[in-house]
Amino acid sequence: MSEVHLELTNVGIEFPTPRGPFRALRDINLKIDQGEFVSLIGHSGCGKSTVLNIVAGLYEATEGGVLLDGREVNSPGPERAVVFQNHSLLPWLSAYENVELAVDQVFKKSKTAAEKKEWIEYNLKLVHMDHAMHKRPDEISGGMKQRVGIARALAMQPEVMLMDEPFGALDALTRAHLQDSLMEIQKALNNTVIMITHDVDEAVLLSDRIVMMTNGPNATIGEILKIDLPHPRDRLALADDPTYNHYRSEVMRFLYEKQRKVEH
Amino acid sequence: MNPLKWPTIEPFYKLVIGENRKGQLNAIVKMVGLPLTGIFVFLLIWQGAASHIHTSLGQFPGPQQTYEQFVSLVDEAKASSLKEQAFYERQYVRNEKKLAANSEAEVKVRDYTGPPTFFDQIGRSLVTVISGFLLASLIAVPIGIVIGLSSNAYAAFNPIIQIFKPVSPLAWLPLVTMVVSAVYVTDDPMFDKAFLNSMFTVLLCCLWPTIINTAAGVATVTQDLKNVSQVLSLNWWTHIRKIVLPCSIPMMFTGLRISFGIAWMVLIAAEMLAQNPGLGKFVWDEFQNGSSDSLGRIMVAVVVIGIVGFILDRGMLMIQQAVSWDKSATLR
Repeated sequence: MSEVHLELTNVGIEFPTPRGPFRALRDINLKIDQGEFVSLIGHSGCGKSTVLNIVAGLYEATEGGVLLDGREVNSPGPERAVVFQNHSLLPWLSAYENVELAVDQVFKKSKTAAEKKEWIEYNLKLVHMDHAMHKRPDEISGGMKQRVGIARALAMQPEVMLMDEPFGALDALTRAHLQDSLMEIQKALNNTVIMITHDVDEAVLLSDRIVMMTNGPNATIGEILKIDLPHPRDRLALADDPTYNHYRSEVMRFLYEKQRKVEH
Repeated sequence: MNPLKWPTIEPFYKLVIGENRKGQLNAIVKMVGLPLTGIFVFLLIWQGAASHIHTSLGQFPGPQQTYEQFVSLVDEAKASSLKEQAFYERQYVRNEKKLAANSEAEVKVRDYTGPPTFFDQIGRSLVTVISGFLLASLIAVPIGIVIGLSSNAYAAFNPIIQIFKPVSPLAWLPLVTMVVSAVYVTDDPMFDKAFLNSMFTVLLCCLWPTIINTAAGVATVTQDLKNVSQVLSLNWWTHIRKIVLPCSIPMMFTGLRISFGIAWMVLIAAEMLAQNPGLGKFVWDEFQNGSSDSLGRIMVAVVVIGIVGFILDRGMLMIQQAVSWDKSATLR
């Protein structure tokens, strides 16, 4: 399991603006193993989403590059599925049809119609959405939409799953529920996941490693914290666990002492 | 779909089965009573005003005279249709006789050439406006999509569209007429030139609102959805079909309805100006005719033009409701 799956080498990016180039990121070096769950945490504006978008291929790095299994990443593709912050489901398609669009695209020839149907239903069941799979996004709650978004990403059978604050817009209870689902699924399928989060508890609970980023502009990786807690993790049991709380305070210290955000 | 649940039928149905009688009566008064009252008040004002306007062709027609002229137009149409039938019967009998005398005889089948009735003119105008509109939409929607997709294409086309948009299509009419007569030269024309003139004039006015609104609709596709499309690696055609089209349909239909409305107005004027058969020509002919019935007949045409325009717009609305994914959006 120690073979490097995804590798970011000296990644940096500059955006052209009318007032000259704006440097968002520099010197991002990160190696991620197959099946690893990595969180990116940092204050807003630190370029977390930019890192994710570069891995997704939606942005092109101006320096350095990304290798996935030794191949260079330079355009978006379904092997790097993205779960977007605001679900980004097509509002005119039902949950089933949203997943179907992805499945039709990825398994165009490799699955028969019946196999596709089964696979779509399997993935919706995985996120506990099988009861409402023929509802449209405007007929289901925010948490349910995000579940469908995750099902869509899982259904692409991605090599890396990229999650951009997937639970940011949800209430605390729904979020906890979805985190548990995500842990379960990730351990079962052994997906490689990069997740952006603002939430310290979420990061410690879910991750194998937490990548903490310095403040932008010109942001880079500040510290990487390895979370050595056994799986499966139980949020109640961990609440009083000294190791868990230690990791938690490490992240907090980084965010609120070393990288205190200066509000303008 | 259950017809008993249709908003126009439901209150009557509920009234009959006795569900919340008072509420249903209120609903019916609002749905039927108020519009009828409005129409009645309008007719009164019309009648009152008409009786005070005296023209060189006599009194301005009120509702009563207009209705009488309508009846007379219906009668004329019936008479003309009888004449036409009689003509074909005579021709048939004559030809049969010829053939009976000599089976080798050459028989001629001629078309009836009576003057078009009022209803022929309506049909003619409808065919012209619909074909011009459809052809324009076939051109404008793809252009609008291309322009909406790319800001470069938008920058390139926008000045041209902005310049041509405010031009009254009637200004094109002389040019269209000359071009059609120069270019469309065949011995066996499928369409007559008058039809083509009106149709191309309609087409020219239908292009711009459709292009602009389609482009604006395409531009409403959010970056999020574009990202989804990119991550899925959708090809261009699937991207258009699955993401761009559903997203832009509401705006596209706004443009199509504006176009259709303008087209109907422009067509009547074009027919008047160019003497192309249709409702406009009917109005013009009656005006030139100058009999005591003329104003009444023109008034019939005015009302009919309004009603047809209204029906066309409702038709577009129904198509929009059928193809739009968001059935809950209010359409008006």
